[in-house]
Amino acid sequence: MWQYEKKLQYPVNIKNPNPKYAQIIISQYGGPDGELGASMRYLTQRYSMPYNEVKGILTDIGTEELAHLEMVCAMVYQLTKNLTEKQIIESGFDKYFVDHTTGVYPIAASALPWRAEYIQAKGDILADLHEDLAAEQKARVTYDNLLRLIDDPDVRDPLKFLRQREIVHYQRFGEALRLTADKLDSKNFYACNPSFDKNCGK
Amino acid sequence: MTDKCKMLRMIHALDFSIKEMELYLDVHPTNRKALNLINDLRRKREMAVMTYEKMYGKYIVTTHDSVGTDNWEWINSPWPWETKECEM
Repeated sequence: MWQYEKKLQYPVNIKNPNPKYAQIIISQYGGPDGELGASMRYLTQRYSMPYNEVKGILTDIGTEELAHLEMVCAMVYQLTKNLTEKQIIESGFDKYFVDHTTGVYPIAASALPWRAEYIQAKGDILADLHEDLAAEQKARVTYDNLLRLIDDPDVRDPLKFLRQREIVHYQRFGEALRLTADKLDSKNFYACNPSFDKNCGK
Repeated sequence: MTDKCKMLRMIHALDFSIKEMELYLDVHPTNRKALNLINDLRRKREMAVMTYEKMYGKYIVTTHDSVGTDNWEWINSPWPWETKECEM
């Protein structure tokens, strides 16, 4: 189960609404490398993991990603507060507004709604951990791209925090991959699938 | 920045450090230095919340924190996406 803590992991205090920024930042909620997909990916992969360290890291990073999607949603919420109809039309936010008003709906910057395909769970620890390492790098690149396009320091500050977390998660997944390899046959890591074959690596 | 705000930042910074150590320990579960550090951080966090509550009243983060208050303060304490930092 999960217990909610009524606070953001890192503060979001945006003074100036900007619906253009909201439309690109929302990709880190509902986009292909966004926080919603990240959280669901890790929490979903846990069940087939053969090693306790890996169950632990997937649970705790998957949980932290929930806190990150809350931060991204808080940013979108604050960036779309108190808009006038003129601002909605001039910023191009009208196409989102007509379907969702200022509700926060998980879509990519391209407007494609969130899809379950973003999760990925192969049931093989090596395949899944490589997926997770790539996912963290892709999320880092998305934050890099957002930081190229955004100059408001109130918006950049939480984006920089989230970018740094991708790098730490990449590091921890790398360590999980290394300890997995240590438990397998070093001449052939793929001789069996420890997530499925009993006695694999024993 | 007010003293109340500084104290909240301190609690949140400790929460972050504890989270960071939790991730580290998941994949380095026998690292003595990391275990000592997380225990130290948890003690510091407990002290920081006690000091905060002596000066400013209940620190409500989870539903458990609302226990002992004379109404269900959980719903009325500020929601994080609406709150300016330090208003909580």
